[in-house]
Amino acid sequence: MTQNSSFTSLHNWLINEEFTSTRQARLHKMYVAWLSLLANPLAFTGFLVVLSLIVVAILAPAITSYDPYSQDLSRALQPLSWQHWFGTDEFGRDVYTRLVYGARTTLYISILVTIIVAPIGFLIGATAGYLGGWVDIVLMRITDIFLSFPSLVLALAFSASLGPGIENAVIAIALTVWPPIARLARAETLTFRNADFVVAAELQGAGMIRILVRHIVPLCAPSVVVRLTLNMSSIILTAAGLGFLGLGAQPPMPEWGAMAASGRQYLLDAWWLTTIPGVAILTVSLAFNLLGDGLRDILDPRNA
Amino acid sequence: MISSQATTVKGPGSGKKLLSGARKIATSFAVILTTLLGLLVITFVIGRLVPADPVIAAIGDQADQVTYDRVYKEMGLDRPLYVQFGHYLADVVRLDFGQSHITKNTVSSDLARVFPATIELATLATLIGAGFGVPLGVISAVRKGTWVDHLGRVVGLLGYSTPIFWLGTIVILIFYAKFGLIPGGGRIDIYNEGLVEGPTGSLLLDSILAGEWEVFFSALHHVIAPALILGYAAMAYLSRMSRSFMLEQLRQEYILTARAKGLGQRAVVWRHAFRNIRVQLLTVVALAYCGLLDGTVLIETVFAWPGLGQYLTSALFFADMNAVLGSVLLIGMISIAINLLSDIVYRFIDPRTR
Repeated sequence: MTQNSSFTSLHNWLINEEFTSTRQARLHKMYVAWLSLLANPLAFTGFLVVLSLIVVAILAPAITSYDPYSQDLSRALQPLSWQHWFGTDEFGRDVYTRLVYGARTTLYISILVTIIVAPIGFLIGATAGYLGGWVDIVLMRITDIFLSFPSLVLALAFSASLGPGIENAVIAIALTVWPPIARLARAETLTFRNADFVVAAELQGAGMIRILVRHIVPLCAPSVVVRLTLNMSSIILTAAGLGFLGLGAQPPMPEWGAMAASGRQYLLDAWWLTTIPGVAILTVSLAFNLLGDGLRDILDPRNA
Repeated sequence: MISSQATTVKGPGSGKKLLSGARKIATSFAVILTTLLGLLVITFVIGRLVPADPVIAAIGDQADQVTYDRVYKEMGLDRPLYVQFGHYLADVVRLDFGQSHITKNTVSSDLARVFPATIELATLATLIGAGFGVPLGVISAVRKGTWVDHLGRVVGLLGYSTPIFWLGTIVILIFYAKFGLIPGGGRIDIYNEGLVEGPTGSLLLDSILAGEWEVFFSALHHVIAPALILGYAAMAYLSRMSRSFMLEQLRQEYILTARAKGLGQRAVVWRHAFRNIRVQLLTVVALAYCGLLDGTVLIETVFAWPGLGQYLTSALFFADMNAVLGSVLLIGMISIAINLLSDIVYRFIDPRTR
């Protein structure tokens, strides 16, 4: 009962719009966003799935009792059972274990790509939008050239020339993901470019870097975050596609796309080898899409 | 109807208009040229990044040093990079992409052979995607918040999130292996192969033109599963886009006016709102088509469809870089061409751009 009432008072403090401090205002904003996420069941489901993906990836050794690499040919291609929830593959490895460790690979690729792409896209787009003129023309032309390739084909070509492997796949995917971010950052920058507060900062002698970082980036951030969340799904699908074609993560590393690909040889005898990793890819990518969709409704209500 | 109106309007300003029109065309031409050049720079760089030695790839690792040096010079590898790029450019202009190591043909003849199959598949998929996706999006927007809208959203998001190569594999497992309803892959049954060699390169069209109905149905039977899967991906994108375009229009005041005039729902939605999103739709249909070229790479591999995608992936598998670069360049060019085409049609149907 006492706990309940302390929750209520916290809720009241957070929801109250007569702020007594900046901290309260900030927390209020986050709290309201959280409440709207809770109110959107689809987005919340997406959030939960993404959260469990992260938890599973971190706790991988704790929630599996097998090793993702240890082979046992006497137990190859076993169907689903209590010992092997999702059966075993052609080398007798536990599919459930490899699926759990595969979550690490998926997260590794998508987080790394996002970390590379977000600042680059921001920098190029915001610079183009802020400076305008020929800088804008040149930067946007380069962006358009990259956009004119279908992204998987470009990623394929780059990872083919860089050589197969997970790091090269990350570079190849990053090369295809940055242009839309740059486009978006530019468009957002243009809307604030001539705002009074930017002009005021300029008059006070603030340099370009300071204006971009302190004034423009925070305002572009919500829509870019939404874009990045929705991008996660296409990064995961591209990574899986590369893995499927043998250009992403190399065996024996557990990766969902590669697992689905190697299972195709045993499709008729062992349906689970292809089906289950595919369901995992589908679930995670759907979750990111639901979450991104919900975030957009919260942060950018115009498109709801 | 709109264009005939525009040609009759000839005021004093028409000469000026013509000039600005010419300038616009010149600008878009320059834009296309730079994009093409950029495309070539990218493929050139990709070609240079390859760790394999192109000389050894050509003469084998048994050759002696003298031969190696001679071929190295012959291939122009001792020249500065910009000269090499110039040679590359000249080759591409002559449609010379080198020779494929696997097929031993020139890459350009290989591409000409596989290209129609991909276009056939991608076009059919785009038609399916637009045919189902656009009405679904429009209905979702009109009935926003109802079960139709929610269903459309779920169907769309699923289409966005499904790994297409996996869906293809599962479809083969169920409909080919279990029920035998579809063929296991390829473009046509073996005993129908080579019966029709037509002008378009599309087996469906060629067999109709030749009146070979058996070939037509065999080809249709083969294309249906991959085209539906790709079409589903396009449908997801197009329904989402048409929904948001329609919502934007339905908020406008002219819709309110139309309703106040007493126009029925159908007239308001299709004759007023939908008319205004046709131009935007065209652009996204073009984008969907380009996106499908991605999908064809994967789906052709799964369905053994003898097109550009399968050619590209098998070339990747055997590190046949000439074939890879040729295919990538061709796909990039198709993208540019489609966008250009949508741009031109856009100018035709949108009176504001004239």
